[in-house]
Amino acid sequence: MIEPVADLPSSLEPLLERFREGKVTALARAISVVENERTGFQALLHRVLSAGPRAARVGFTGPPGAGKSSLLAGMAAAYRRQDERVGVVAVDPTSPFSGGALLGDRIRMNDLATDPGIFIRSMATRGSLGGLATTTKEVLDLIDAFGIERVLVETVGVGQTELEITAAADTVVVVLVPESGDGIQAMKAGLMEIADIFVINKADRPGADRLVKEIRQAMHLRAGSALKDVPAHHGVDLSRVVAKRRSRDVALETGTWTIPVLKTVAQTGEGVDGLLDAVSRHREWMAETSELVLRRRARAGTRIRDVVDRELRRVAWKSPSVQAGLEDGLDRIAKGSATPYSVAGAILEGLLGSRASR
Amino acid sequence: MSDERKIRILVAKPGLDGHDRGAKVIAAAFRDAGFEVIYTGLHQTPEMIVAAAVQEDVDVVAMSILSGAHMTLFPRVRALLLDAGVDHVLLTGGGIIPEDDAKALEAQGVGRLFGPGTSTADAIAYVREWFASRPAV
Repeated sequence: MIEPVADLPSSLEPLLERFREGKVTALARAISVVENERTGFQALLHRVLSAGPRAARVGFTGPPGAGKSSLLAGMAAAYRRQDERVGVVAVDPTSPFSGGALLGDRIRMNDLATDPGIFIRSMATRGSLGGLATTTKEVLDLIDAFGIERVLVETVGVGQTELEITAAADTVVVVLVPESGDGIQAMKAGLMEIADIFVINKADRPGADRLVKEIRQAMHLRAGSALKDVPAHHGVDLSRVVAKRRSRDVALETGTWTIPVLKTVAQTGEGVDGLLDAVSRHREWMAETSELVLRRRARAGTRIRDVVDRELRRVAWKSPSVQAGLEDGLDRIAKGSATPYSVAGAILEGLLGSRASR
Repeated sequence: MSDERKIRILVAKPGLDGHDRGAKVIAAAFRDAGFEVIYTGLHQTPEMIVAAAVQEDVDVVAMSILSGAHMTLFPRVRALLLDAGVDHVLLTGGGIIPEDDAKALEAQGVGRLFGPGTSTADAIAYVREWFASRPAV
């Protein structure tokens, strides 16, 4: 028994009905309702989500031009051959100047355009900075709830700190190209920690093998087995001498996941089979180690905090007493009798009671 | 607040010719006007255009046609949209389209069509006006 939430506005009832009948137009419209945060969108999500997450969600992230869309298209086509229904969400940036966006990821997916077993949706970030749009996670939930088994999501081309994808996908594929820089770049932060699978795309270009090696070394540094990939040194194979227990053996014992570093050429489809295999092995590993349960739990936790944050903010700034307190506080600051901190403290105290100021 | 929303527009280039400059210019202009523009590239069939329009839940489909096939393509896309249960979308476009043809298409329910020399501002204003006065969906 699922606990109730605020009632669904009657204007959304027909939409919910058509959604449950499996009408693609209803899925598309439901996504718009959520994306525009139309009145009742949370009630709509609540009504369709009661079955919980079922779809396998794979996220693709990496720098602009790394080939995320092309790789994703290749994966989608392969899943279609296995007769899985596929949902794709591709995120592109909103211009901070005009508020507009040019969403061009469908260009790479034209071969799939008319397959009724595939649903592609483009989203603009609308000011969100994490590599996804504010409501991308909710949109993935909708596609999942619609009964689509495989959901692929692609972030905007990211640098090093746009890591929201981890809160959206079960398996995160980080796509790099030979030009993406050396292992030090990969070691800096961010992308290294979020990857479940590394892909060096455009691997027919020079430097691919070197980058593969450097990423492996960087990962072994993290895993405490730095010498694994060091070749024989002055005639002594250091890895044999020092590391008797290879990281892979340790990994198997402790149930941790050894992150594969794969090479692909998305344009020709080379290596896509290997990636498919890695994704399914990662899924099996998650199922065996209860990692999937943990990730879904963490995801639900993030979602709850997001909803509470959003509502708190809305309630707070819409309240007339807060508005008045703000105006009044600004006057006192102008007179020199208050600071932003004392005004904020007073507003919080008014909202939450005396606990807030402590 | 929640009713003030972005206009979503599909810019589509059907047909076999490779002249996509116009489509790119208008797509960039729509983006700079604050619209969310879905651009799907060259050589789109009517079926591809309608599938994209449905999945992306766009408000407007704008087709760029320079091949002379407008009398076939506009009615075909319109018919497929209606088949798919999409009757709230504005179908508009531009290209080398004689005035008489534009009038004939308008009579069939296609929106305004813009010929060579049109200012992008006119097209933007047209879309904005249509959006503001459209029936609620």
